[in-house]
Amino acid sequence: MRTIPAAAAVLVLAALPLFAPWLQFVLTLAVAKGFAALGVAVLLRAGLISIGHAMFFAASAYGVAFLARAGINDFGVLLILSVLSAALVGAIAGSFLVRYRAIFFAMLNLAVSMVFYALCAKLYGVTGGTDGMPVPIPAIFGVVVAEPVFKNILFYLSLGLMVLVGLAVQRYLNSPLGQALSAVHTNEIRLEYLGIPVWAVLLIAYIISAALAGLGGAIAGFAIGRVVPDFAFWTASGHLVLVAVLGGIGGVPGAFLGALFLELLHSAAVTVTDAWNMIVGAALIVVIMFMPQGFYGLFSRKEASRL
Amino acid sequence: MSNTIIPLLLDSLASAALIFFAAVGLTLVFSVLRVLNVAHGSLYSIGGYAAASACLFIASKQLNPYLSFVALLFSAVFVAAIFGPLIERSLIRWTYGKSEAVQILITFGIFLILEDLQRMIFGVQSFYEDTPTRLLGTSKIGGVVYLNYQILLIGLALLVVIGLRLLINHTRLGRLITAVVTDREMAQAIGIDTNRIFILAFSLGVFLAALGGALATPTSGIAPGLGADTMVLAFAVAAIGGLGQIEGAAVASLIVGVARVLAIYLAPSLDAVAPYAAMLAVLLIRPYGLFGSVTARRI
Repeated sequence: MRTIPAAAAVLVLAALPLFAPWLQFVLTLAVAKGFAALGVAVLLRAGLISIGHAMFFAASAYGVAFLARAGINDFGVLLILSVLSAALVGAIAGSFLVRYRAIFFAMLNLAVSMVFYALCAKLYGVTGGTDGMPVPIPAIFGVVVAEPVFKNILFYLSLGLMVLVGLAVQRYLNSPLGQALSAVHTNEIRLEYLGIPVWAVLLIAYIISAALAGLGGAIAGFAIGRVVPDFAFWTASGHLVLVAVLGGIGGVPGAFLGALFLELLHSAAVTVTDAWNMIVGAALIVVIMFMPQGFYGLFSRKEASRL
Repeated sequence: MSNTIIPLLLDSLASAALIFFAAVGLTLVFSVLRVLNVAHGSLYSIGGYAAASACLFIASKQLNPYLSFVALLFSAVFVAAIFGPLIERSLIRWTYGKSEAVQILITFGIFLILEDLQRMIFGVQSFYEDTPTRLLGTSKIGGVVYLNYQILLIGLALLVVIGLRLLINHTRLGRLITAVVTDREMAQAIGIDTNRIFILAFSLGVFLAALGGALATPTSGIAPGLGADTMVLAFAVAAIGGLGQIEGAAVASLIVGVARVLAIYLAPSLDAVAPYAAMLAVLLIRPYGLFGSVTARRI
């Protein structure tokens, strides 16, 4: 990754809302979905495609809502606990899901997430059903702030986290543990012969990806102010995979690039047409057919991984 | 006691029949083309919209109401004839031999496009046209009244199971399909026109999905979002039965149908959870589905 263009890109992102305040919400959401897509991309490295990661996204947002209802009001605590809860859900689901490969992995993730979705939508007494749950504005280090101020802080904090977490994930992917993921994709049996426990490698990746999706979900929950079961619907998971592939699964910037593109495309498209899904679908097909390395492949000199 | 059991059983079977049409098409396409078509649910709902439009047209022109049965069948044929070759030739064909991620994403793209296409053409209101149900009337067994249309659904589903079995085991086309499923390269090498087989199999899958959608309209109506719901349900059924297994899809539809109706009866808030819970339970015990196996994939 080249440092200077990346830093410039982050600075441009940080400056954009100063000129167009309406962009701040869109950009916050883009970064949030970028985290989730990064989670999906981590698993894609191992050739595992999860159509269920919206579950962790939603689990974390619901986590915030439940914790807030239980009386916890501190932003940092809420964020950390909700990400941990997503990671915990990931550890439980992952412990049996990582036994599966290819289409079965995709379908089982889908099944688990649909159980979660259906429960969120149906247990009206607990989750508020399809009305969802409010995500209140928390206090920051004990200081209660007004909504616009909080949204400002949330945006810049998300950007900061994007850089920090992005670097951490980059390190993880370049570490032997991360490299093992690509090895699973290429030749899993060889990895077992080398004495590397594939199960553990994948479980760690799964927990990390769930935590990343959870981080995105918490940020999205705060930004929107409400969490609804649709957060966990399978089409939302499909969009996350889409973003991961759109950006290019080669590196960390790809996921955020893809999310940014999709969110901007969304806000541009909805002003002129209702057929937003059609545009996304067509864009997806074009990108996959003609740019198998995603957008990141356009910018990166290093070969991004292909699907 | 029989007062509750008989209607419950009938409801389960009728609901299983509708799911079966969607799932068997998905599983057939998967076993021949080896592509899991995420857009399959959209074709189900397009079949439903086509049938509802045709039936409403017949009603508005005050034609013979029995024509609506013909309309149900022909709208499925119509959808299959248009969308089958179109989608297979243009996009699905391109994904052969590519990774699952690419196949899932391309078909997800098709799904997104088809969903919006339906919204643009048919709007967001739901369609409901129950002429076929009314024409068949009701029957009484053991003091319980039920719709004859439900019996028709169950009969048609059985017909599809038997028909597919006959097609695969006793016709030339069936043998060609089996050859392609067993060993695609070898089939090509001995001169089987695999392209034609793929188009036929995909169109047959589309036809079954569209037929399911068409048959569902008279009882449950059709509304936006049905495509996405059907899709995951068909996924669940195909996975429970074992991907690519026709009988497996039939048995799995029964399981899901019964699970759903029992859930509606016992714990109404859990009806949407039941199919996926059943899927999880089966796949945890038999990872490749009830009839599935790791290596050999038969149809």
